Amino acid sequence: MPSMQNDAAYLRLLDITKRFGAFTALDKLSFGADRGEFISILGPSGCGKTTLLRLIAGLETQSEGRVEIQGRDVSKLPVSARNVGIVFQSYALFPNLNARDNIAYGLVGRGLDKNRIRQRVDELLDLVGLRGMGRQFPAQLSGGQQQRVALARAMALSPDLLLLDEPLSALDAKVRVMLRGEIRQLQQRLGVTTIMVTHDQEEALTMADRILVINQGRLVQNGTPREIYDRPATPFVAAFIGAMNFIENAVKVENGCYRIGSHHLSISGENGSRNLASGAVATLAIRPEDVMIRVDELEMPNILASRVEQMEYRGANFRLRLNIGPNQRPLEAEVPAEKVRRLNISPSMPLAIQLPHDRLRVYASAKHRCNDGSLCENTL
Amino acid sequence: MITAFKPSKIAVAVLLALALAVVPSVGMAGDLLVYTALEDDEIPRYLALLKQSHPEINVKIVRDSTGIVTAKLLAEKDNPQADVVWGTAATSLMLCTQAGMVEPYAPKGLERVRPKMRDKAAVPAWVGIKAWMTGFCVNTVEAKALNLPVPTGFADLTNSLYKGHLTMSNPSSSGTGFLTVSAILQLMGEEKGWDYLDRLHENMAVYTHSGSKPCKLAGAGEYPIGISFAYRGFMQKQKGEPVLTVFPKEGSGWDVEANCLIKKAAVKPEARAFLDWAISEPVMKEYAKVYPVTAYATNVPIPEGFPADPEAQLIKNDFDWAAKNRARILAEWSRRYDAKSEPKSK
Amino acid sequence: MPIVASTDAVLPPLPLWRALDHETWLRRLLILLLCLWMLVVMVLPIFELLSMSFQDASGRFVGLANFILYFSTPALSNSLTNSLFVAAATTATSVGLGFGFAYALTRTCLPAKGIFKGLAMMPLFAPTLLNGIALVYLFGRKGLITKGFFGAIPGIDIHLYGTVGIIIAEVLYTFPQAMLILSIALSLTDARLYEAAASLGAGRMRIFFTVTLPNIKYGLLSAVFVCFILSFTDFGAPKVVGGNTHILATDIYKQVIGQQNFVMGAVVSVVLLIPTAAAFLVDRIVQRRQTATIAARSVPLVPVPSRLRDGIFFGYCSLIAVAIVGFYLVALYASLVKVWPYDLTLGGWHYHFTGTGGGGYRAFFNSLRMSAWSAVCGTALTFASAYLIEKSTGMRLLRQAAYLLSMLPLALPGLVIGLAYIFFFNAPGWSVGGVSVPNPFNWVYGTMVILVMSNIVHFYTVGFLTATTALKQLDREFESVSAAMGVPFYRTFARVTVPICLPAILEIGMYYFVNAMATVSAVIFLYSADIPLASVAVANMDDAGDIAPACAMSMLIVAANLAVRIFYSLVTRGLRQRSQAWTAAA
Repeated sequence: MPSMQNDAAYLRLLDITKRFGAFTALDKLSFGADRGEFISILGPSGCGKTTLLRLIAGLETQSEGRVEIQGRDVSKLPVSARNVGIVFQSYALFPNLNARDNIAYGLVGRGLDKNRIRQRVDELLDLVGLRGMGRQFPAQLSGGQQQRVALARAMALSPDLLLLDEPLSALDAKVRVMLRGEIRQLQQRLGVTTIMVTHDQEEALTMADRILVINQGRLVQNGTPREIYDRPATPFVAAFIGAMNFIENAVKVENGCYRIGSHHLSISGENGSRNLASGAVATLAIRPEDVMIRVDELEMPNILASRVEQMEYRGANFRLRLNIGPNQRPLEAEVPAEKVRRLNISPSMPLAIQLPHDRLRVYASAKHRCNDGSLCENTL
Repeated sequence: MITAFKPSKIAVAVLLALALAVVPSVGMAGDLLVYTALEDDEIPRYLALLKQSHPEINVKIVRDSTGIVTAKLLAEKDNPQADVVWGTAATSLMLCTQAGMVEPYAPKGLERVRPKMRDKAAVPAWVGIKAWMTGFCVNTVEAKALNLPVPTGFADLTNSLYKGHLTMSNPSSSGTGFLTVSAILQLMGEEKGWDYLDRLHENMAVYTHSGSKPCKLAGAGEYPIGISFAYRGFMQKQKGEPVLTVFPKEGSGWDVEANCLIKKAAVKPEARAFLDWAISEPVMKEYAKVYPVTAYATNVPIPEGFPADPEAQLIKNDFDWAAKNRARILAEWSRRYDAKSEPKSK
Repeated sequence: MPIVASTDAVLPPLPLWRALDHETWLRRLLILLLCLWMLVVMVLPIFELLSMSFQDASGRFVGLANFILYFSTPALSNSLTNSLFVAAATTATSVGLGFGFAYALTRTCLPAKGIFKGLAMMPLFAPTLLNGIALVYLFGRKGLITKGFFGAIPGIDIHLYGTVGIIIAEVLYTFPQAMLILSIALSLTDARLYEAAASLGAGRMRIFFTVTLPNIKYGLLSAVFVCFILSFTDFGAPKVVGGNTHILATDIYKQVIGQQNFVMGAVVSVVLLIPTAAAFLVDRIVQRRQTATIAARSVPLVPVPSRLRDGIFFGYCSLIAVAIVGFYLVALYASLVKVWPYDLTLGGWHYHFTGTGGGGYRAFFNSLRMSAWSAVCGTALTFASAYLIEKSTGMRLLRQAAYLLSMLPLALPGLVIGLAYIFFFNAPGWSVGGVSVPNPFNWVYGTMVILVMSNIVHFYTVGFLTATTALKQLDREFESVSAAMGVPFYRTFARVTVPICLPAILEIGMYYFVNAMATVSAVIFLYSADIPLASVAVANMDDAGDIAPACAMSMLIVAANLAVRIFYSLVTRGLRQRSQAWTAAA
């Protein structure tokens, strides 16, 4: 096993900027990846995430900044010299070559003897669970099988980096869920450092060690799936990953205490918003599954009165839309079906809800926007 | 892999085989490139004679109508391809001489050539082999069907009876067309000549590009009467077409088919040998079998169908005048007759 | 991690030279070479032609004097009006007839569609001279129809020679093109639009004008422009049946070949070039505005049987098919008749080509050779260029320039290419800023090379578009994937791109071959002494009045082209069977 001392700098991007004419696709973006880490780049379409992947691969050249792999500056190297394996969204399997020939494609012409190549292809077919399917042409394989051939082909040359560009988006939902797990397992078994681009938050949350959220060419948040979900850095991240309720026009009373209309809400884990002056207007946020229905202990803090406006049945859960006052957008609450039945909740019914102080987030309100127009709290 | 690609390999192999089979044949160094406007059906007879007497000369013949041969020669002025020109209108060769692309040469036997059938210079730029003359080709079957009397001379052709039944070649592109127009202008004088041509134009169905086409159109019955040249009519009759050749009673326009040597950095000796042969007695006799007027008299009897004294049939032709005025005549002709675009048959 | 460990030990590192980005440079170089090639075989000759039109015979610059002379000489300028009229009439007729035929093929339950389509495409395999010759045998003064089948029935004289003849011949020539373009346009439609229109209560006429026509408007425009350009610049048919109606194409020939007036030839070429280039430009601009009107998941329209409609269209298509086949059968018959119309004995006399000009079988075999070379070299060049332009990244400016140059030949009539080639390749040299530069390309003049080159340029664009379309269907990431595996692009090109595109490649090859066999316009200025050509022989024999041998030679050309077409079908059928494994769903 190679030593682990330089792992923190296995892959490093420094101040990467990419412009296409007047359009800036990536803006001073920096991050690093440890050896063996699985990083997911997540963002809406057009945010620049695929450009970022192609840049790491060497398929595009950055306008500014540098890319380092294992401490070596590869910024000017073409893709062929970077030793990366790539799986594209379309897989880009050669339709006229069978699975074996596809996998062996990069091995041929490197002075390896035929037996060695055959052996290596067998290993790879085993690895992706396609033993015995080598003679099939891509069109004769299912989508999931094609995906695995593409993965085997990308791994054939034991790349330093595995780059996956929306690898699962062309598959149907069930196969997608199954392959998520398989890819993650494979990646952990081989220990290959992997960067995956996706627009699917669930994919990112379930597979990655770390998620980079990108919006409009900027890195918005870099963190573990839990951090991203539980402590989204901006309202954008909050809304992009999972569902989030925003409560506007909250006025800061003091640290840890905000007022909405006549209600006072106490908040812990306030981080950045501590800098907010008393009397400033802020936006509070809470995920629907964190909204608690209360029938007793109504004297506890952070209790609001509401009325059920609409009920949406979702199988295991109900999504309730709750009216919390004339000047507020309704709150969405995710309530287990069992609880709804037990409490006999029905439309128009008044309901007391609690917003747990440790699940509430505070963002600066719209007038405290960052320069780029996105809401952010760090400038406070 | 290999089995998966059999059809493409076959296709590639076929393409390769094709490619190899089509490697262009490279001309041999000893080849003599001869440009000629002689008729396609007479050349083989002459070349058979050449093969007998000069087996060492390997000729490559480029045959085209007078206008095209002339155009080719002039187009290649800076980088001449042909070695010699054989049997092409003297008026055209004069243009080449003016362009400075002719190497004067006195072939063996020059002294026998009639003075009016060669360039006047002591070492002539061009030397004639035979004269070809205007003749009307008349389709007797069609003429009968249309109740057209057989015309006897130029004067008859302007009769409105013939309206839409006449063709002749465009003098700009055809040597035959030019000699006919030039003959009319010389016979009648310019003023009357143009007046005559105006009236002839009224009857004309179409002006063709090549000089032999009017005769062939007559032979095919497309247009019963074509102003062409004598040889054509006789040949077509032999093929079985109902064509009668008429020599206009006013006399025929004519031109000399002549040879010349093309100026090149290295003139091949075969070129001079060829020019010597081209006026030698055996081939002259062969010319005489179908053309009654040759560069010098042979004892070959006059071909059937020609007047008894073919030389008397030829008008007095001033080549110098024709060559000098060629451009002017053609411009005037174009101005008068080219502009009418609709066919007269309508 | 046993696998990673094992291969780490086994895989040798990439050689240093491969780590350098030499591939990008190689591609850059190849694209540059491509642009240079286009410059030499197209831009410079055309430039030479253009500058010739502004000079007098001795090479002095005279400004617009030649053009003023041209337009003040009615004999010359009338031709422009004639050409425009002929082209307009042809376009209207061809597009109209072609639309009906294409409609029958795509929107009705016409039986034997394949046969009808095949018959309608016949004219694509024949030289346009043959269209004229067949017309002479049908409608000439001794024609089959004019004389009522040798007197069997009353004849009809349509006064063939002139505008009427040219238009009929050009319609025959352009009909298959219009039909093919419109078939494609009509087949790309979404049935749901028709269902929607019908469910909203729109009548048949209303649906036609609100759904059908708007849907095919780009195809319709394309058909109009293609027919216009083809009939405006064609030389073969007017040469045979033009009579005294002069058009621009025959004028160029007459000026150059008949009167050795190269300057006026250049002037007429420019006059011919302007409307052609304008039509081309408008078409490009319009087509660029076309966005995908067909959604990816559109439902193909399956015509419903309708007795009356299908019957009417069956009659219509039969009429056209019989007319087309009749044309060529009459020509075949005429080529076998001893002396039309006096001695109708059948035999092979006219196939001997003795005593006629043109070069006989030598010319025919030269044409085969030239066409094979054009097909092999043209296809290789066309496909490779399309690949470089389509599948390279970066070098946008260079690639755009190359793309633009690749579209240009569509606007260049063959005669213009031929004449430009005489001027450019036969020039002994140029004086550039007082220094005389000898012409390095002079050696190609009068050789097979210049003939093949002119064909490649003349027919380049269609092949290029075919190749580009085929390449666009390949995954854009094939090149990236190969590069990531360190495989050089030329290996992927040979091992993946070419095999997948083989049907398109063969199609391009066939297109080159068939057109090189039939074309007369460019090569008539370029064929040389020892390389007579079949199509030129047809022109020259017709010129000399030897119509029957000219017809016979045309028949040989058609036969060769049909043979190649059949060979192509057999090969593609084999290919399709093989490639089924690649495309069949699991």
